[in-house]
Amino acid sequence: MPVSKLVGARIKRREDPALIRGLGQYVDDVRLPEMLHVAVLRSPHAHAKIKSIDAAAARQHPGVVAVVTGEELRDQIATLPTTADNPTLRIPKHHVLAVDKVCYVGEGVAAVVAEDRYAARDALDLIQMEYEPLPVVTDPEKALAAGSPVIHSEWPDNMAFRWEHKQGDVDKAFKQAHRIVKQRLVHQRLAPIAIETRGVVARYLAPEQQLTVWSATQIPHLLKTHLSQMLKLPENLVRVIAPDVGGGFGSKLNVYAEEALLGYLALKLNRPVKWSEERRENMQATIHGRGQVGDVEAAVKKDGTILGLRYKVVADIGAYHQLFTPAIPPFTGLMLSGCYKIPTISIEVIAAFTNKMSTDAYRGAGRPEATYVIERLMDRIAQELKIDPVKLRKTNFPAAKEFPFKTATGLAYDSGNYQLALNRALKLAGYEKLRREQKRMRSRGRYLGIGLSTYVEICAMGPGFWEYGKVEVDADGKVKVCSGASPHGQGQKTSFAQIVADQLSVPLKDIEVVHGDTAAVAKGIGTFGSRATAVGGIAVYQAAEKVREKARELASHLLEVDADDLVFSDGRFGVKGVPRKALTIQQIAQQAQTAKNLPEGMEPGLSADSTFEPANFTFPFGTHICVVEVEPQTGNVEVRKYVAVDDCGKVINPLLVDGQVQGGIVQGVGQALYEGVVYDENGQLVTGSLMDYALPRAADLPRLQLARTETPSPVNPLGLKGIGEAGTIGSTPAVVSAVVDALAPFGVTHIDMPLTPQKIWTLCQGKKAASGGHR
Amino acid sequence: MMEAVAKKRVSLRINGVEQAYEVEPRLLLVDLLRDVVGLTGTHVGCDTSICGACTVMLNGAAVKSCTVLAVQAQGGDVLTIEGLANGDRLHPIQEAFWECHGLQCGFCTPGMILSAHQLLIRNPKPTENEIRHALDGNLCRCTGYQHIVDAVQYAAKRMREKPKTRRRS
Repeated sequence: MPVSKLVGARIKRREDPALIRGLGQYVDDVRLPEMLHVAVLRSPHAHAKIKSIDAAAARQHPGVVAVVTGEELRDQIATLPTTADNPTLRIPKHHVLAVDKVCYVGEGVAAVVAEDRYAARDALDLIQMEYEPLPVVTDPEKALAAGSPVIHSEWPDNMAFRWEHKQGDVDKAFKQAHRIVKQRLVHQRLAPIAIETRGVVARYLAPEQQLTVWSATQIPHLLKTHLSQMLKLPENLVRVIAPDVGGGFGSKLNVYAEEALLGYLALKLNRPVKWSEERRENMQATIHGRGQVGDVEAAVKKDGTILGLRYKVVADIGAYHQLFTPAIPPFTGLMLSGCYKIPTISIEVIAAFTNKMSTDAYRGAGRPEATYVIERLMDRIAQELKIDPVKLRKTNFPAAKEFPFKTATGLAYDSGNYQLALNRALKLAGYEKLRREQKRMRSRGRYLGIGLSTYVEICAMGPGFWEYGKVEVDADGKVKVCSGASPHGQGQKTSFAQIVADQLSVPLKDIEVVHGDTAAVAKGIGTFGSRATAVGGIAVYQAAEKVREKARELASHLLEVDADDLVFSDGRFGVKGVPRKALTIQQIAQQAQTAKNLPEGMEPGLSADSTFEPANFTFPFGTHICVVEVEPQTGNVEVRKYVAVDDCGKVINPLLVDGQVQGGIVQGVGQALYEGVVYDENGQLVTGSLMDYALPRAADLPRLQLARTETPSPVNPLGLKGIGEAGTIGSTPAVVSAVVDALAPFGVTHIDMPLTPQKIWTLCQGKKAASGGHR
Repeated sequence: MMEAVAKKRVSLRINGVEQAYEVEPRLLLVDLLRDVVGLTGTHVGCDTSICGACTVMLNGAAVKSCTVLAVQAQGGDVLTIEGLANGDRLHPIQEAFWECHGLQCGFCTPGMILSAHQLLIRNPKPTENEIRHALDGNLCRCTGYQHIVDAVQYAAKRMREKPKTRRRS
């Protein structure tokens, strides 16, 4: 690699000038002539038979163009896709609009198309639905118990799939243990809540037979493939555009009913159609995250060394599988041993159908759950053995020289130095001083808590998921970069330009990065799993490298020297020892374009593309320390300090990495303290708006203190690991452990998230704090 | 509400330009701005005036335009994100959001900038705590707010320094 100039620099984003002026183009901003508006009627029942639908009055309503129901669409649009190769997987038919029965509140039953948004909404109220309610089950453990109502009658029970993994003699480890430490842990359901809800616009051009779908999606190319299958159209006549997308966090990593519905309606009506999701619909019918409840137990030696781990977890799937639903719970299993040497392990995942919206990938997707299990367990072990949580972790870390480190779950962690990140964080937080302050405060009846999380996560998805990049130098020397990654706030228009600018020695301002349009980018997968830079960035890097090598070959031909005698620096290929004999990359591009004098066999133009599929995942890691003060009288938790030392390998743009870490941490704090999707026993969504679902606000947090260690990954040529999800993964156990630590004098050993004031206040009631001074 | 309702005339100034429209009385200000006027920089995030993505200035105060009827803005003066810059010259708050990486997906940004605008009119030298509380009605899911707070501090500083710069030049 040549000497870097821009990679590693804090470069301001090139995405921003339009966005800060209000000139972004999100799906709801797309306006087409003759465009109609779609509204979806959703089930108010969690489980019910559809007895009848009468849409006559709605069809008569002024401005209404069409009303469609599930019965009409069942043979026109294929069922929604899901992906997993698990042989135990049961896949219920998931129609675009419900047929015969509904299985969760918010499931679409009919759609109105009208001349304007208000008319479409009005007409929804005129559709007469007759339902016959069926028994409801919302608790995943109850759903698996004998006698539970069965949601999908094709099968005898609500089991959606099983996944198991066992390594080593776990039973023997538990027999030999000095102590067995157990904990039950609940990962509440969360709503991803991108501030932009979902939205779709579809247009069919009859003469060209081309369907164009604008969608707030993280995966335009995957969506194109699925839409072509669902709508039975040739893929080369489907185009998907992800314009500016207002956040995703996994919630737009999917193929949703409305995307196919709008495509169908555009074709059928031969007019453009638009659907903009309301927030209430978003809470009901956009995927949720997490939703797991499990029992973990560890076999430990007297010094805290872990001999074995058992985990049995029930995953709450919801009523149907969405695109990656079945892939998420096994991720929890794979990452369960965290950053520790655990020789024997047994994991059993059982997934249950419930009368709720589907769970699927939400920022972290399985890793926050795994990290929470192992980190909370480490703290429980530390409590029971009366070992400092820091010492316990160091006892079980693999040493830096043991990498690549093989885990009992079958992964090979690429590189790591867990001690280094932990020590940095302890120093930054002033750990020993904090412990002394805690002691002093307790003696005065104030409760400070210090929580620690040392995490490792799995990124750069990964083997099986390639990404595509193309670099093209025009005759005027300007560069176009195309990427199959589809960022939606992460800033790759900036970081990819930095990579290419270094490779080709071209100024940043001359580089344009294009993504999110299947007509402009030949192929791609998308942005999720912290892969856009560590996989997509490498594809772009490789394409730029190819362009540089082609330029070298052409320069050698034009300058009539051996390619080995050329030096590339400052954007010029010069002849060694003859500094004046040189060609700039722009001059070469022009020669390549005019193609009057090319070496034999060389094609015109200066461009190249590349795909990259990593041989292994990457494993970023780090230490988060959270300090809280808890007020037992009110149950209030104040986050006083938050220190994060993250290691995401090499960094392209530290400004963007900081942004990712900060955003992720605050989402994790949200899970720990405030957020939770709540359904009542009838399957009604209690948290159906942002008035009921609490998100972190600016005033809830102190200034976060961030630092980094840098352990390059050997998996890709730039040493990148990925940083999109780390904050969400490292933070929840740090926050929860801090609160539990604060309440240790009250005999509290664990509290399930979210740690609401009510929960904490209730726990402290009637309990007298043990005399201050010791942990 | 199913029958056609007589439309009302609403006259207002939007980003300095006098405008008049015939609208349904139930039309929300945000829908007027986005669907009728075509100013799509103002966004809708929650429909219940929690998230603040739809924040605009109405008669000098930041309001959530998803819970204001267009007819309530009759005779009013509306400033949206599109009207904040002076031609090609960005407003110092816009510049600050760019400089400090105060946005990621950008969807909450217009509302966030206008809330910050109101704060800095009322309090040109806010503390970090005051900034955090002033932005409490605007949700951001991407940034964790820290870079937004940095941006408001940066803008406040620049806006205080600006008169001096002008004197020098």
